[in-house]
Amino acid sequence: MTASVNPARRHIRPGGLPHFFCPGCGSGQVLNFFLKAVDELNLSLDNMVTIGGVGCTARIPVYLNADTLHGVHGRTLAWATGMKLHNPELKVVVFAGDGDAASIGGNHFIHAARRNLDVTMILVNNLNFAMTGGQVAPTTPLQSTTTTTPYGSSEPPFDICRLAAAAGATYVSRWTTNRAHQAVRAIKAALSHRGFSLVEIISQCPTHFGRYALGSGKAADLLNWIEERSVTLAQAEKLSDGERAERFVLGEFIKMERPVFAGSTIYEVGR
Amino acid sequence: MLESRSGQRVLTGVHFMLGNYAVAEGALAAGCNFFAGCPITPANEISERMAKRLPEVGGHFLQGEDELGSIYAVVGASLAGAKAMTATASAGFNYMQEGLGYAYAIEAPCVIVDVQRCRGENFATQSDVMQMRWGASGDYEAIVLAPASVQELFDYTIRAFNLAERFRNPVIVMSETTIALMRERLEIPPAEQIEVWNRKYTELPPADYLPFKAPEYGVPDFAPLGKGYHTIYSLNPHDERGRIDWDPDVFERLYKRITGKIRENRDLICHTESYHLDDAELALIAYGSEVRPALDAAEMARDSGMKVGVLKLATVWPVPERQILEVAKQCRAVIAVEMNIGKYAGEIERVCAGVCPVHKATRNRGLIHAPEELYQFIQGVWA
Ligand SMILES: Cc1ncc(C[n+]2csc(CCOP(=O)(O)OP(=O)(O)O)c2C)c(N)n1
Repeated sequence: MTASVNPARRHIRPGGLPHFFCPGCGSGQVLNFFLKAVDELNLSLDNMVTIGGVGCTARIPVYLNADTLHGVHGRTLAWATGMKLHNPELKVVVFAGDGDAASIGGNHFIHAARRNLDVTMILVNNLNFAMTGGQVAPTTPLQSTTTTTPYGSSEPPFDICRLAAAAGATYVSRWTTNRAHQAVRAIKAALSHRGFSLVEIISQCPTHFGRYALGSGKAADLLNWIEERSVTLAQAEKLSDGERAERFVLGEFIKMERPVFAGSTIYEVGR
Repeated sequence: MLESRSGQRVLTGVHFMLGNYAVAEGALAAGCNFFAGCPITPANEISERMAKRLPEVGGHFLQGEDELGSIYAVVGASLAGAKAMTATASAGFNYMQEGLGYAYAIEAPCVIVDVQRCRGENFATQSDVMQMRWGASGDYEAIVLAPASVQELFDYTIRAFNLAERFRNPVIVMSETTIALMRERLEIPPAEQIEVWNRKYTELPPADYLPFKAPEYGVPDFAPLGKGYHTIYSLNPHDERGRIDWDPDVFERLYKRITGKIRENRDLICHTESYHLDDAELALIAYGSEVRPALDAAEMARDSGMKVGVLKLATVWPVPERQILEVAKQCRAVIAVEMNIGKYAGEIERVCAGVCPVHKATRNRGLIHAPEELYQFIQGVWA
């Protein structure tokens, strides 16, 4: 009897596994969500460039059997900009941590959204800088204890989806690792979208955020904590601004058409 | 990918042109089809010229949101197959070090122009000469070319592209306010007389291709993006397959090759020019615009009966050690000329150690040397 192999394994770089994610980490789930979306859309990784910066999330593309750029913190979208202008046929997918996208890479992020650069960004928001040991990130909930906020964070977090929408992104949605079906559906929508598409996935980092902020290193505790704070768009409408700030509002926020960034060439304007 | 359009790539003819424009025209003549840059004086005219000219020939101009955005867009475009360039000035060059470090490590050809400035503004300087060599973290060999005229801004920019493509390395064109903002005669030859080198693409199918396989000090062949070659371009140490590998032997082998491919080809990369050196007893060693007053001063000294010559370093990095040493062996002393506190002079001292004394005519006032000042310096050394 032969053991059954996950059909998604064919997208994994030969010899690429085992991955380096901690037990209970959400990054492996996001990798799965992405491959499920790729399969359901019948896409090939052969004409795809997958990009990661630096961090736990940024490792996801390293396991994929695609052309990959990796290893510099926060510059993912800058690479993608040059690449897409020179060769618009390339399908470019960026995997970024919340630190990568919203802290060091924040400037590139808002400008890629403003330009409506035709890439998909899958942003794994684990609410902290995980790879470096659980420091505060611009997404860490107010008053959370982290390794660099031992007395609790005094900074309000970013709402990354609202930031992207305000900057001009044309597809924006947020889900959690608890909501696998919705996350896969959103990634499919993002991959099928022309323009800057962002899927933010709130994810569990039991090793750091769980232990320091919640006092539990159990993935299940953190998943429950995320679920308790998750509300749908419709539910969020009934909340006050203050209440909403403490929730993860899930859903599809933006889906619109706008000319994609085609660069400067006078022959390609508005294409 | 974009094709060449009807615009004229090579503006063959004689021009009276701004130095910064000459850089742009040199880039176009070398086949540049992607430029990204962020506004900064005194490099702006390069961007402005590229913004106008690149679309005419089917290329792209991008005004990056900052210098990091610009240099990484250049690297991204390069990996996608473009001949790509950015231009900046000292304050912006600081920011580009990170992207340069990545380009060295994954061996992405690209050209970076640094129009050096000082005193916070557009004053003349060569004070980035060490940053050009050592600015990025990690181990690498830099290739830095130092033009001294508008014509050389054109010529060396072409050469910069050629070396970048051939060695899969970033190449820096060291410009200065002195020449960047000067208008001079520029002769652009017919396109067919311009030598252009292109990167080498693999002929192997994806199954047989190893993205970082090369002889010990060699340059790996490229594979196109998005054609099933599945290449990882990671800053992390990688083996021949491109796989991230932390093994110290893999790391050492990789960086031996990345640095060795430049060091072992120094004779091809390093260019110098000799003026009045045949019988010289004293030599000025200069690079960039400082070559100009150095040459004037040497000629003044000749007129007064002093046998003085000039070694011009057209390539500043790697250090043209062999050529400097030859001059050191022949002369009683050499004079290192530069427009900073005396940075490259240390390299010249290193090469000349035990062979001949090195005097330093260095200045850091935001002004180029006047020939008379260098002449007086020569008199002091000659006596
Ligand atoms: C320029 C630079 N700054 C800082 C770091 C250190 N660093 C590595 S990963 C990381 C952030 C990780 O957080 P995030 O991007 O949210 O990804 P995660 O690991 O949480 O998935 C940082 C700051 C670096 N590698 N490079």
